[in-house]
Amino acid sequence: MYVLEERATKVLLEEPQTLFLAPLSRPALGSVGKTGTWRTMRPVVILDKCTGCKICWLYCPENTIFMRDDGKVRIDYEYCKGCGVCANVCPFDAIEMVPEG
Amino acid sequence: MPIMGLTGNYAVAHAVRLARVQVVAAYPITPQTTIVEKISEMVEKGEMNARVIRVESEHSALAAVFGAASGGARAFTATASHGLLYMYEVTWWAAGARVPLVMAVVTRAIGPPWNIHVDHQDIMTLRDTGWIVSMAQENQEVLDLTIQAFRISEDPRVYLPMVVGLDGFILSHTRAPVDVPEQEVVDEFLPPRRQPYVISPETNLVMGNIAPDDIHFLMRYSMSEAMEAAKKVIEEVDREWAKLTGRRYGGLVECYKCEDADYIAITTGSWSGDAKKAADMLREEGYNYGVLRLRFIRPWPTEKIAMAVEGKKGVIVFDRAVSMGATGPIFADVAHTLYGSNISLMGVIAGLAGVDMKARDFAEAMRMFSSRVEEEGRVYEPRFWLLPRRYRGRPERVKEVAKRWS
Repeated sequence: MYVLEERATKVLLEEPQTLFLAPLSRPALGSVGKTGTWRTMRPVVILDKCTGCKICWLYCPENTIFMRDDGKVRIDYEYCKGCGVCANVCPFDAIEMVPEG
Repeated sequence: MPIMGLTGNYAVAHAVRLARVQVVAAYPITPQTTIVEKISEMVEKGEMNARVIRVESEHSALAAVFGAASGGARAFTATASHGLLYMYEVTWWAAGARVPLVMAVVTRAIGPPWNIHVDHQDIMTLRDTGWIVSMAQENQEVLDLTIQAFRISEDPRVYLPMVVGLDGFILSHTRAPVDVPEQEVVDEFLPPRRQPYVISPETNLVMGNIAPDDIHFLMRYSMSEAMEAAKKVIEEVDREWAKLTGRRYGGLVECYKCEDADYIAITTGSWSGDAKKAADMLREEGYNYGVLRLRFIRPWPTEKIAMAVEGKKGVIVFDRAVSMGATGPIFADVAHTLYGSNISLMGVIAGLAGVDMKARDFAEAMRMFSSRVEEEGRVYEPRFWLLPRRYRGRPERVKEVAKRWS
């Protein structure tokens, strides 16, 4: 059985006796790898402008925006695909899209 | 064990009852409909403890039983022709997910034009899907094969869905004496359901989510390995069923008078009976024919076929389907099986759209093939269209009818 890293749960009822891989996974963070590598544009938070209103947090389709201890937002670049929705919805222009690489 | 007069479809229904199937979903389509009609009746009468799910299409029918099977139930569906094509996408999902499941396909031609009669064009579309594909010759075998299908599909070496093919009307609606085993016999033969995983709210599993390409590749490879393993399982199951019931079919193939034959005719399905009769006719004329009946199309019985035709003068393949732009599908597989041999080979396309093939029609093609081999030496004729009798060898009649139908 194919185990998606250590996050998948083994649920074999009986051990297959031939090579066996099934298309199984558990809902988990990044179950197909670090999707941040897909990014061509990187959202960069301009902390001076960020008010911590959480609009970007609400809109992020990948749940990769987190709140910092100081109330401003942080982006998880391991999984952010760089879609730019956050920069688009920010009412304070506090997120800038910068080309990767 | 009671002998009952059963149509092929009722034989399927009784097998499904005896296999203690828990979930059935199907959409009516001729000539399949009476299978699920009978099952529904048995459930209503309390003879069978199953849930029958009513669905709005074949796509949903297979999706429903696929879901039930993923959830741990022994499940069954049945279809034919356009119904199979409509559920085609889900056939790939069920096989790729490695969920044991059994389906009956009552073979029927594919339109246009609408046609409810038998050919093998529908079931042959399953060749690449990862389903184990079997074909019965008569109603007793339909019942036995359906029970065996659960055992084969649920074997931990296999874990692939299996289809039981029975020819539309010829078997499905024709009554024949069928020895229906007692429940205890089937219980002894068929262990409680085994499957590789169960999807339930507790297991919190996702099936079919995106995976890395190389892992997907390995999944395809593992299905191919499971198909190979299924060959052995099929032989084992055949032997074990014989111990319990005395009925043995030969596993992947059935050989009729192959041993001393000079020529082998390869067939599958109900018309194999006519081919055997033709072989007997030709033996009286001095052409020693045997018939190799394929009980399984997938896994392809490479070794069995190679062994059966070893040292023979010629092999003639009868296909009741055609791969447009190529040959009959069985012929194509036979040709690769015989790669490197010098044996004469002919592929006959016949009986499409339900056109009847009698023993004399088989005999005609077989006689023509053998006399050509004996006159010309090695013959290789991949695609010979054996037209319906009234058009055979009469191109003017074909032209005339083409004018009327254009």
